[in-house]
Amino acid sequence: MAVNKLFFAGSGGQGVLTMGQMLTYAAMYADMNATWLPSYGPEMRGGTANCTVVISTDKPVSCPLIYEADNVVVMNLPSLIKFESLVKPGGNLFVNSSMIDQKATRDDIHVYYVPANDIAMKLGNARTANTVMLGALVSVAPVVPVEMIYKIMEKTFSGRKAHLLDINKTAFHAWGKEQ
Amino acid sequence: MSEKVLMKGNEAFAEAVIRGGVRFYFGYPITPQSEIPEFMSRELPKRGGKFLQAESELGAINMAYGCGAAGGNGFISSSSPGIALMQEGMSFLCGAEVPVTLLNVSRGGPGIGSIQPGQADYNQVTRGGGNGDYRIPVFAPASIQEAVDILYEAPSIADKYRNPVMVLADGLMGQMMEPVMLPEPKHAFTSEEIPAAKPWAISGSEKGERSVVKSLRLQPEVLEAHVEHLYEKYAEMEKELEKVECEGLEDAEVVFVAFGTMARLAREAMELLEAQGIKAGMIRPISLWPYPYRAFDGISQKTKAVISVELSMGQMLQDINLGVKGRVPVRLIHRVGGMLPTSLEVVEKTKKILEEVR
Repeated sequence: MAVNKLFFAGSGGQGVLTMGQMLTYAAMYADMNATWLPSYGPEMRGGTANCTVVISTDKPVSCPLIYEADNVVVMNLPSLIKFESLVKPGGNLFVNSSMIDQKATRDDIHVYYVPANDIAMKLGNARTANTVMLGALVSVAPVVPVEMIYKIMEKTFSGRKAHLLDINKTAFHAWGKEQ
Repeated sequence: MSEKVLMKGNEAFAEAVIRGGVRFYFGYPITPQSEIPEFMSRELPKRGGKFLQAESELGAINMAYGCGAAGGNGFISSSSPGIALMQEGMSFLCGAEVPVTLLNVSRGGPGIGSIQPGQADYNQVTRGGGNGDYRIPVFAPASIQEAVDILYEAPSIADKYRNPVMVLADGLMGQMMEPVMLPEPKHAFTSEEIPAAKPWAISGSEKGERSVVKSLRLQPEVLEAHVEHLYEKYAEMEKELEKVECEGLEDAEVVFVAFGTMARLAREAMELLEAQGIKAGMIRPISLWPYPYRAFDGISQKTKAVISVELSMGQMLQDINLGVKGRVPVRLIHRVGGMLPTSLEVVEKTKKILEEVR
């Protein structure tokens, strides 16, 4: 993998921007080059949110903007409808099937249906749905080493948030275990 | 040796000027750079500095005028329409020879426009919107690291020439995150050190001659001599501050000219074109004033077109034409209003242009 382009979309509060940031941190810790670019606008909780992550293993990232993505994560239905076309042929689409009851329409891409919210609820913390999804993504497309995801988790979930570390690590592997 | 950190553009810009010696911030919030005043209000008081939210952009630039006249290293950030409001102040700062570091995180225009990225401030920042004969050096970095490195040096450049210095970023750079290495903090002048470091400043020192900082010169011969003096300074800046990055000009069939984020987009378009057998080169002006006209002498005889890739209706074309001097056809690929082209779009439009000029 020289360059991997990823795109995360959902509604505000679903942890979409955080998923992209975790991945960008992990790439930096692994001495890769990376950019994280959020959509921005007059937005609010419950509105749409998305971010683009470009990871380059050797050269600096030439462009933080993308016209197609190797991996796309959609957390709600409007995002599936809007961004299914962004997946490049042969690329991966991760659909949060807890929130999206429709199927993807393309047959030239790999589609993974991940019931992220249901898995998170089963684990006892609904707010780990984005970690479940990120884990699914990394297990299918190992764009960053898992240890580096652990490293950013350990930095994020420290101090007052330390009790959230174990559940997030479990959530990260939860979908992979079910497969 | 500092370690790599992941920072949002706006926060990295603010950290860089603090490390470059800035201790005073004046501003008024405006998207897409409001993280800067937020960061400054939190960080400056911790580092012996002062944060002041002005009542308007006019207030902010004139507070910076006062701060600079007193010898302080001030910093102002805003976005396009806010920078427009500060033009009068910039003319006064240049006339009075007061240093300040300015940052424009530009958005779509004209007027209040949109909050999405734009580059249509090119004429505003390179030609100036204030009155009189004056110049402001403008740097347009293409990555957060380059922006950090330039903003770190900007306060020293402003002090050296006793002139404002501007950095032009765009909304994309302000909002994106990228790993950066932060430089070691420079020494910031304390108020006790200012009289010796800046003897021209109104520092309240009782010793020595009276300092006068002003732009008003009622006698024509005095003002004429002053403007001539300013232009000797600007000639020095033209010699010393020009910055450009050229790539693959030797055998390029097409040469892109782009700055800021658009240079990164053009960079990717070069790779895509090369995969299709079309050699593309790039001239990336890092200083927009002084503009790197001489870089265009490096364009080879094989080049069939020079293409400006801009988020404006082609405001940089005038400078490109001054550099190209009619040797090669000059064309434009643009989007405006906060819309962004993709690298694929640039590739397709480039191929059309090449067919047309062949």
